[in-house]
Amino acid sequence: MAEVFFFIAGIGAVCGAVGVVMVRNPFYSVLALVFHLLSLAALFLLLQAQFVAAAQVVVYAGAVMVLYVFVVAYVGGADPTNLRPPVGRGQRVVAVLFGLALFIELAIAVLGSGLKAISTDGPTVGASFGTPENIGQLLLTKFLLPFEVASFLLLIAAVGAVVLARRRGGIGADEEDRVAVMDFRLPPGIGTMAEAVGGRSTREPLELGSGGGETSRARDPEGGW
Amino acid sequence: MSLDWYLVVSALIFSIGAAGVLTRRNPLVVLLCLELMLNAANIALIAFSRMWNNGDGQIFAIVVMVVAACEVCIGLGLVVALYRRRLPIDVDEIRELHG
Repeated sequence: MAEVFFFIAGIGAVCGAVGVVMVRNPFYSVLALVFHLLSLAALFLLLQAQFVAAAQVVVYAGAVMVLYVFVVAYVGGADPTNLRPPVGRGQRVVAVLFGLALFIELAIAVLGSGLKAISTDGPTVGASFGTPENIGQLLLTKFLLPFEVASFLLLIAAVGAVVLARRRGGIGADEEDRVAVMDFRLPPGIGTMAEAVGGRSTREPLELGSGGGETSRARDPEGGW
Repeated sequence: MSLDWYLVVSALIFSIGAAGVLTRRNPLVVLLCLELMLNAANIALIAFSRMWNNGDGQIFAIVVMVVAACEVCIGLGLVVALYRRRLPIDVDEIRELHG
């Protein structure tokens, strides 16, 4: 029975991987990767790694892929650059040959290794192998330092993403007509008795006073970076 | 199912990912192919963890997932920054790092 599940999940994983590489539209590539990740989670379950399989489905196929889908939708999956023919035939042939050579080398390395247990089903493991308790105990005792370093790495990545994707000055022409609060500040003298009497024009202070200084400050069209 | 089958699947997925990194032009798809390679490494790690009846390989796989999430975060941030600057989303066009 395990063989049947292995072949279903393995063929699904390989087909998903081929789909990621072959499909022209990046949106469908992301969907193929989701399929691939779900098949991999099934393989992890067959290897008694229940917690990693659950994390794979929830975190990877769920959260990370949603991020991908958002970015593909933002950037535009059907961009004209995708419709250009991909790299030339020569490079494609070289890449496929490289992949084939890599696979053959890895297969030789796997099958020719001196590990005896590699062609068995593996030892019988206890019921607690790969459960959340087991993983949590390992993470918080034996691997406490890698755990903390990983959390710090996530923090650095989050800060880096914010810095990379934040809005900067001079981004585009559509930013120019954004309304600022300072645009609504009336020049001094409007609505007063002096205006009614005619001693003071409404247009004049608009240019002289706050109008010119604050609203058009630091709008560098060339961009800041 | 004997464990070398898992390692062969891992090698196959890794090779497909490597070939994809070499052939695709869109940086989003290049990142997806990098994910494929990291996941191939994950299968191998978990298969060896099963082989030695030792949970350390699974911890390693979780750390690889963390690193993959960070890589996705930074990579997608770069793609969004490219799009904001109206640069072509194409790794062949972005050859020079001078800003």
